[in-house]
Amino acid sequence: MSATVHGGIGQSLGRKEDARFIRGKGNYVDDIQLPGMLYLDFTRSPYAHAKITGIHPENALKIPGVLAVVTGKDLDAAKLAWMPTLMSDTQMVLPIDTVKFQGQEVVAVVAENRYAAADGAAAVDIDYDPLPVVTDPVKALQPDSPLVRPDKEKKSNHIWHWETGDKAGTDDLLKKSEVVVHQDLYIPRINVSSIETCGCVAQFDAMGRLTVWMTTQAPHAIRTVFALVAGLPEQSIRIISPDIGGGFGGKVPVYPGYVVAVVAALKTGHPVKWVETRMNNLMSSSFARDYHISADIGCTKDGKLTALKVKTIADHGYADAAANPSKFPAGLFHIITGSYPFQKAFVEVDGVYTNKPPGGIAYRCSFRVTEAAYSIERLIDEIARKVGMDPAEFRMKNFIPPEAFPFQSALGWTYDSGNYAGALKLAMKMIDYPALRREQAERRKKGEFMGIGISSFTEIVGAGPSHTFDILGIKMFESCEIRIHPTGKVMARFGTKAQGQGHETTYSQILATELGIPAENISIEEGDTDTAPYGLGTYASRSTPTAGAAAAVAARKIREKAQKIAAHLLEVSPDDIEWKDYKFQVKGVPEKSKTMADVAFAAYTNPAPGVEPGLEAVDYYDPPNMTYPFGSYICVVDIDKGTGQVKVRRFVAVDDCGTIINPMIVDGQIHGGLNMGLAPALYEQITYDENGNIRGNSFLDYLVPTSMESPHWETGKTTTPSPHHPIGAKGVGESPTVGAPAAIVNAVIDALSPLGVTNIDIPIYPWKVWQVLHDKGVT
Amino acid sequence: MASTAIPRLTSPLPIKGAARRIHVTINEVDFDMAVEDRTLLVHFLRDVLGLTGTHIGCDTTHCGACTVLLDGKPVKSCTVLAVQVDGRKIRTVEGLETGGKLHPVQDGFAAEHGLQCGFCTPGMMMTAVALLAKNPNPSEDEIRRAISGNLCRCTGYMNIVKAIQHAAKTQGGKS
Repeated sequence: MSATVHGGIGQSLGRKEDARFIRGKGNYVDDIQLPGMLYLDFTRSPYAHAKITGIHPENALKIPGVLAVVTGKDLDAAKLAWMPTLMSDTQMVLPIDTVKFQGQEVVAVVAENRYAAADGAAAVDIDYDPLPVVTDPVKALQPDSPLVRPDKEKKSNHIWHWETGDKAGTDDLLKKSEVVVHQDLYIPRINVSSIETCGCVAQFDAMGRLTVWMTTQAPHAIRTVFALVAGLPEQSIRIISPDIGGGFGGKVPVYPGYVVAVVAALKTGHPVKWVETRMNNLMSSSFARDYHISADIGCTKDGKLTALKVKTIADHGYADAAANPSKFPAGLFHIITGSYPFQKAFVEVDGVYTNKPPGGIAYRCSFRVTEAAYSIERLIDEIARKVGMDPAEFRMKNFIPPEAFPFQSALGWTYDSGNYAGALKLAMKMIDYPALRREQAERRKKGEFMGIGISSFTEIVGAGPSHTFDILGIKMFESCEIRIHPTGKVMARFGTKAQGQGHETTYSQILATELGIPAENISIEEGDTDTAPYGLGTYASRSTPTAGAAAAVAARKIREKAQKIAAHLLEVSPDDIEWKDYKFQVKGVPEKSKTMADVAFAAYTNPAPGVEPGLEAVDYYDPPNMTYPFGSYICVVDIDKGTGQVKVRRFVAVDDCGTIINPMIVDGQIHGGLNMGLAPALYEQITYDENGNIRGNSFLDYLVPTSMESPHWETGKTTTPSPHHPIGAKGVGESPTVGAPAAIVNAVIDALSPLGVTNIDIPIYPWKVWQVLHDKGVT
Repeated sequence: MASTAIPRLTSPLPIKGAARRIHVTINEVDFDMAVEDRTLLVHFLRDVLGLTGTHIGCDTTHCGACTVLLDGKPVKSCTVLAVQVDGRKIRTVEGLETGGKLHPVQDGFAAEHGLQCGFCTPGMMMTAVALLAKNPNPSEDEIRRAISGNLCRCTGYMNIVKAIQHAAKTQGGKS
């Protein structure tokens, strides 16, 4: 029997984090109370587009407890009224003269407590002169459209054009293809709605040093942005990301509240807290998607895929405040060729301004991978239907075969590893696909609407290799620093920051395996820029591919040094030592061995001659490639003919994320991700009327799935390790959010396909289905 | 005896408006304090008493992060005024662990990975405690119905259901 280490890779180790969370002892931003702390609230714009003609704070300042107001003009005096976005655009901290969306922060009120701050915000009088509004990006591109950003040199709502692939070759091949399907798809604006909203506490100490406790997924990047924007020396800024109540990408951007809290702390000399209400959050923070897609896909008459062409209009609201790698304004949307070897492909995206809050940020998928996976998996179903093939058979016929990896996609990505047919086969077996098709045929005879939907997605995570990936010039490496103390106990720090993913547990497991030290003897710390090594943070499923790799590499650096110390202790040459069964052994003499704990003690008490004392290492890991997790999902739905309601009867998810560090945590990530795939498919959307009024700024109108909507998820696994990752792992948190929507929508369309239905735009509300059934004479 | 955090003595919610005294028992500790009429129970617990385990997720009674037990029944403390709990008993997440022993629901959530970011967890657990007190052996459907007023964005609810089933089993069908 081979040796094991407690809490090593592959074990369903219970989470270390839970000890505090189940006792209500987590430490979230709003839990932080400092002596003399003040509260910040905002007066927000009732208009989507208007000139500010007067600001009257007098009534607010009369309210007991209200101490100060901050306006855009105040900030402008310090050149802080505008701030850069991570996409090299600009957005307002507070407006000087014009508001751009309903709910925009206009005046900040600082008060002794949160009630007085809210009273003050309600009492500020602001005069507005309403301006014409545009909320539709297609209309925004017309020459007579209201101009959203007259501050820009380019007097148009068009922000940027981005394209990749072979346009002429794709057009030519589509023309020659025997079967072509055109499909328009709208992927609406949604909000991540983590249960904790955004907030911060800002404090200056007597030395002028700034500490900000902040709901941020990327504390180091924020520190650098603050240094660049505010001109503070970077060593005088400390960003602490305490426990975070869900992130999903919504806590990557810099929001006006953070900046104003810092300004207010400076202005008042007191610590200042800002925490959004849910309504604030749903009106102004972090919107995802809003992609208007128009696609053509071609194949031969016997169902072999040929070419793919995609044109997209991306509604970014009034600022491009996304957090994509700088080279990719449309993120990694060009993963859209998915699991298939297209001969030719072409993608173009145009970014557009409208009178809405900044959009295109994230929803458990930062880089437009969901938009891509949803599109290709919907298109595959439609073209399979057109050639008269079963969607599973069509996929099997077209998948990139396992022996083709590493595989170069038509749009330039090099997929590291995959076995797409293996995942689909397992999903079909788990759900008994042939039996379902037989049942469906029976039900169709009875006039019932049952649908089966497949999605065989390919993900792209782990940004990313420095030759391609940076944010504002900072390369997207990730870091780990390990210190082994004399008693063999470990403290490891990372540049990432978990928001529920369980890094304290899984990073310990990687280190346990690499160092031969039980996981309970390893502490993990993240989120404090004073102590953690620099890193780009946690989003886009990058932590395991990047920081997880840094952990393994840093541990191996430690092993290299430790081997010399072990040789000294065992009185042999380092070349005669091998690392085996989690110990340093004299080759061929397993009874002569030293543990890592023995070596750690010696590193401080009896270091080898010529070897520096101590046992520490740091690694800044620049991944050689992205990782490409994948999976196959099958969803079964039943549609109520009378109401149009879609009921998810079963959902089988087979995921392959390479080497699994903690099966329990991976399953949990998949359940949660599936729920956030179900949500936009059937329930969630933020809409605006033509005046830019938001319709959906509470959980009454914005339908986050409850335990009643969420089905009993069934999960399965295949394991295809990443060949370039030190432990063979890939990311997993986003995969289910990326893969699930198409499976659900494909199931609904499959159910309705006998009526000739080829698409219903998400979210598929009951009324939309009812309308279709009614129009077709069914209901 | 409940292992309750020592309450904060100075109040960051100064009494400036109309106020009245309330007597309330929180996690088996008696409090006799003045509160402003409009102070919400959740702010009284968090900002005045320092019991920050009860969270605020929406302020409109939809998300359930602020769920506490009021005389044994789950209520959303963001829409209860502190003055309304005069003379009554409150139990929060801080009152679940007794005598250094975790409540079976706390054990269940840890054992079944029923939490990720931990933000909805206290409210979710309080709802579960109330359910099991009333129905010691709930079915999956009964559990899903009971927690449908508590939103979770991380878990997809599967492991929360399992966690509550786990707690029901360890309680041996006793509340």
